[in-house]
Order: sequence, then structure tokens, then C-alpha cells
Amino acid sequence: MAENLALAFQGIWAHKLRSFLTMLGIIIGIASIITIVSTIKGTNEQIKENLIGSGNNAVVLELYQDGYTYYVDYEGTPEGVIPITEETRQELLAIDNVVSASLYYTREYYYAGVYYQNTQYTGAFYGVDEYYLDIYGYQLCYGRGFLQEDFDRCRKVAILDTQAAASLFGGEYPVGKTLEIQGEPFTIIGVVSQSGTTDLTIETLSDYYTYADTSGGNLFIPGTDWGITFRFDEPQKAVLQAASTDDMTAIGQEAAELLTASQTANADSTFSYESNDLMEQAEDLQELSNSTNKQLLWIAAVSLLVGGIGVMNIMLVTVTERTREIGLKKAIGARKNRILWQFLTEAAALTSIGGIVGVAAGVILSRLISTIMGTPTAISPPAIVIAVLFSMVIGIVFGMIPAVKAANLNPIDALRRE
Amino acid sequence: MLLEMKNICKDFPQGGETVHVLNRVNLSIEQGDYLAIMGPSGSGKTTLMNIIGCLDVPTSGTYRLNGENLAQATDNRLADVRNSTLGFVFQSFYLLPSLTARDNVALPLLYAGVSKRTRSRRAAEALRMVGLDDRIDFLPTQLSGGQQQRVAIARAMINRPKLLLADEPTGALDSASGQQVMDIFDELNDQGTTIVLITHAPEIGARARRLRRILDGVLLPEEGGEPDA
Repeated sequence: MAENLALAFQGIWAHKLRSFLTMLGIIIGIASIITIVSTIKGTNEQIKENLIGSGNNAVVLELYQDGYTYYVDYEGTPEGVIPITEETRQELLAIDNVVSASLYYTREYYYAGVYYQNTQYTGAFYGVDEYYLDIYGYQLCYGRGFLQEDFDRCRKVAILDTQAAASLFGGEYPVGKTLEIQGEPFTIIGVVSQSGTTDLTIETLSDYYTYADTSGGNLFIPGTDWGITFRFDEPQKAVLQAASTDDMTAIGQEAAELLTASQTANADSTFSYESNDLMEQAEDLQELSNSTNKQLLWIAAVSLLVGGIGVMNIMLVTVTERTREIGLKKAIGARKNRILWQFLTEAAALTSIGGIVGVAAGVILSRLISTIMGTPTAISPPAIVIAVLFSMVIGIVFGMIPAVKAANLNPIDALRRE
Repeated sequence: MLLEMKNICKDFPQGGETVHVLNRVNLSIEQGDYLAIMGPSGSGKTTLMNIIGCLDVPTSGTYRLNGENLAQATDNRLADVRNSTLGFVFQSFYLLPSLTARDNVALPLLYAGVSKRTRSRRAAEALRMVGLDDRIDFLPTQLSGGQQQRVAIARAMINRPKLLLADEPTGALDSASGQQVMDIFDELNDQGTTIVLITHAPEIGARARRLRRILDGVLLPEEGGEPDA
């Protein structure tokens, strides 16, 4: 093997220009594949980062009916579905890799019951417990957070995030002001912001639509007040914090089964709890961007095919040129397989070098494109390993016909040829 | 008996009919023999050498080398026999131009599975034997024709073959170099190497101890010797 490799490099080095031109097809093919894969990976990581934010790893569980989210505000309290108890929350907390669990009520879309003087609030509205704000990584900016007494005594207090504060109060200091929620007065006690959240990277119109509904602002009141403002028996949503992003999907499934069993036992069988984690949403978006880029991959693969044919062509020329060498080697006792491997090794070495150069070119190219065009890019180590291995396989596949031809040469004819 | 050929025939198809290149050839070679086979071009001497050298198989007849019948042997077996039992010297040397004298000489040992260090040492020894110790790391293009042929002889002898086959070994050399090469053959034979020489030149054939002539595919009886069985 080592001998074959040494021979192969000798052969490649002896015809530098020819070897380089032969490799060029492979270099171009591998370089474009690495560039495309890097762009796909970069886009995917950007989507994931935008949706998942700073990594709250939050898995939301909601009530579903017939596969669609059940909106309590439009459809009323579902019959037979019971509110989630503290006991059940403890069970959720006991699921593997769950770090924290919170129960909350919400009016997320187009809720028209909150006013500050004559200004209507248009963001999302939550009734939360003492764990919710921590799970989503909210930090206090002004005023104070919820205290245990706020929950116990059903105090009519509210907390805004900075977006909601900006939309309702403009430049005014909101703490101490009174909001009207469902006709009840609530005192604003604090303003929070989601710390560590990466700013959404919005560069195109489609980016804007992708992330638009996550940017409306948030308003929080103690969950124990929900009965005053809405109904007492409304089923909550649950949000679980996973130890790592990779655990989210598994936790979502287990928690969904648990809640479906405990909460909807006496209800219509069309009701169920389903997890709604951002990982899944991210995957859907990634799927979309992958499918367009995959077509590019096929085009790059065609250029590899052309490169492979170039390698075969040159190897056939090499075999013809070296007929006498092959004949002599056979005469002094080289077996067929020896000759076969010698030429296969040479072809594989040729394409492997091409592959390695192609990877380097691809990495540089994707960086360059990223700098010029502003598209995200991320190098994928598995893709690099696969690309180099694949180019080696191309050498073996396309080197096969020339190598077999060499191995089957008759030593007498081969020696006689001048 | 080192080599025994009985009723060897070799036919080649040519333009719809069969040409009998070798016709019922019988030949025996003893250990230590020095035999010349002489014949004009087209007489079938190259085909005979190919069969003796296991580069080709006969159409019919038996061929025993070292007691083993090789008339129907596989390609791999023939390759192994060529490597371990036979040594070849060709008219135009057939050295690989990209390898040094030492690497050219060591090549058969590579196929015999000898380690790199041993190969290198034995190749240097073999080159010393043919008087080229000062040319060990030269490329073939840096050597004269006579020197190249001596490298080829060293390569043929490196595996200590039972039989050394030489096809017109002096055909491409000037007479002085040719003399040198023939002297090496004499010396090798004196040391016990069996040699078969194929030539059309009478003065070369005369150096061998036995002489057989071939004409139109028929091996003529040995002059002054006992006929083959």
C-alpha cells in the first residue's frame, strides 16, 4: 500500500500540469458542494438562532382539538377539560431533562380588552405564575417583579416588557400608572426585558414576515387574577424548560401524553395536549430553505461526474503510455491485482488531492460570498469529511476501467509495444 | 531435470487460418546448463522463449519447470513462478526510467514481499556483483547501454532464480559492452546459474555450452550431443 502510494504521488508529480488539469473538475465540483452546504448550514443556524433566541429551550404545551390549537377566547371553556393542578405541574417537572415548569393563561392575538387611557394595547397578554418570567429569561428594568403576596392575594398588578411599555407609554415612565384590563384597574409595578436575546436578523422582506408575529410586546398579570378578568375554570398552557435544545422534542412528546391523559380524560376524545416547540418550527423553516439549495447540490454533483470522466480519460492515457512498464512488471512477477491497485491508488490519490484542494477552495469561496453578499455561512465538518471521502470514491469508481485494462494487459504484447 | 518440454505446440489464429508457430518441440534443460537457442527471425524462437519464461502458455504439450506442470497454470501462479524461479534479460533492457538503478534492481523483491530495508541492501549487493557499485543511485538515463544491461542482469539475478533467460542480450550494445555482458553470463554459469540464451548471432551462440537451432517452428537435433528423449 505504502509502495503504491509512493508510486502514485511520483506519477502525479511527474505530470504536474496534466494532473492539475485533471483534478480541476473534482476541485470545482467539491468546492461548489462545500460552498452550497456551508450556505445551507449557515441559513439553518440563523433560522434556529432567531427562533430559539438565547436558548430558553422553552417547550410550550397547548390544548388542541382535532389537530388545531384550541382558542379559549373564541371557543369558550372546553367541556370536561380541567385546569392543570400544582400536582400535575410537579409531574411535568419530574420528566427527564426538564429544568423548570410554568402554567399560564394567555390571550395572544388581537385581544382588545386592555387600555391605558385612550390607547389600546395590541400585544400579547399573559396570566402567569412565579416561574414564567424566569423560564423566558426576563430581567427587571424598572420597578419590581411579582411577589408571592401578589399571587396569594390576587393583587391587581401588571408587568410590561419594554416593547409593550414603548407602545403604550411612549417616553413616559410606566411604573405606578394604571391600566384598564377587562374593565378592572391594574397597577403597573415593573418593566422587564428579555435579556440575552439575540436581535432578530431581519434583512429581507421574507425575514420580516417570518419573524413578524414574535415582535408585538408582552403584558403579564398574576395568573391568580385570571378568574377576576376572565373565567376561573379556563385550562392553562404549560411551558417546560429543557436542559438542552436537543431534548426539546422528546420532552414535548412525553409532556403532551401526560397532560392529555390527566386533563382530557373526561372530555371529548377530540381534545388533546400537543407540544409546540420552536425546534419544530425552526425545522419547518429550514426544510423550506434546504429544498431550494438541494437543487443546487444536484448541479454541483453533475460537475463532479464530469470531473470523474476526466479522471477516467487521463488514466486511460496513462495506462497506454505506461504499457511497457506494466509489461515489465508483470514479466518480473507482479500479479494482476498489484497492477490493478497501483492504478486505482493513483486515480484515488489524484481525486483525493482534488477533493482536499476543493474543500479549501469551497471554504474560502463561502467566506468570500458571505462577506460580499451578506448571506450567512457555517462550515460543516461532516460535510468536509464526506466530500474528501467521496472524491476518493470517485477516483476508485472512474479509475476502475483503466486499472482493469492495465491489469489485463498481456505481458508479451505489452513488452513488444514500443 | 530443471525444465522439461514435451510435444509443445503453439498455434496463433491469423486471418482465418491457424499458424503453427511451434511444432512438437521437445527440450530438456539440466541444472547448471548453458544453452543457446539460435534461429533466424520468424523461426519461433521468441515464442519458445515466452513459453519457457512462463509469459505464455502452449496450445498443447507438457511443460515442467522444477517438477511442476505449468502448461495450464493460472495467471497468478505463472506470475509467482516468474518472480521466484526465473530471471529475464531483454534486448532493450526495460528499466523503469523514473527509478534509480537500485530501485530497478529491487523491484522483483517488492513483488516477493521482501521488506524495504532488505530490498535496498540486496539490490546494492547485486549491483556490486555486476561491477556497478559506483552507479547505485543513478537513473537509467545517466547510464550507458552496457551499464543499463548490467543493471538489468542484476535485477534478473536478485531473486536467485533457477533459470536465467536472456533474449538477444547484446543486440543493442556495442561489441565491447556486449563482451562485458557475455563475461558476466559466463561467470554466473560458472557459479552454477542455469542460463538459456536466445540469439540470432552465431558468435554469441558459440559462447554457450550447448546449442540448439530452431527453424520454422521446429527445434533441430542438438549438434554433437545426445538427442532429447
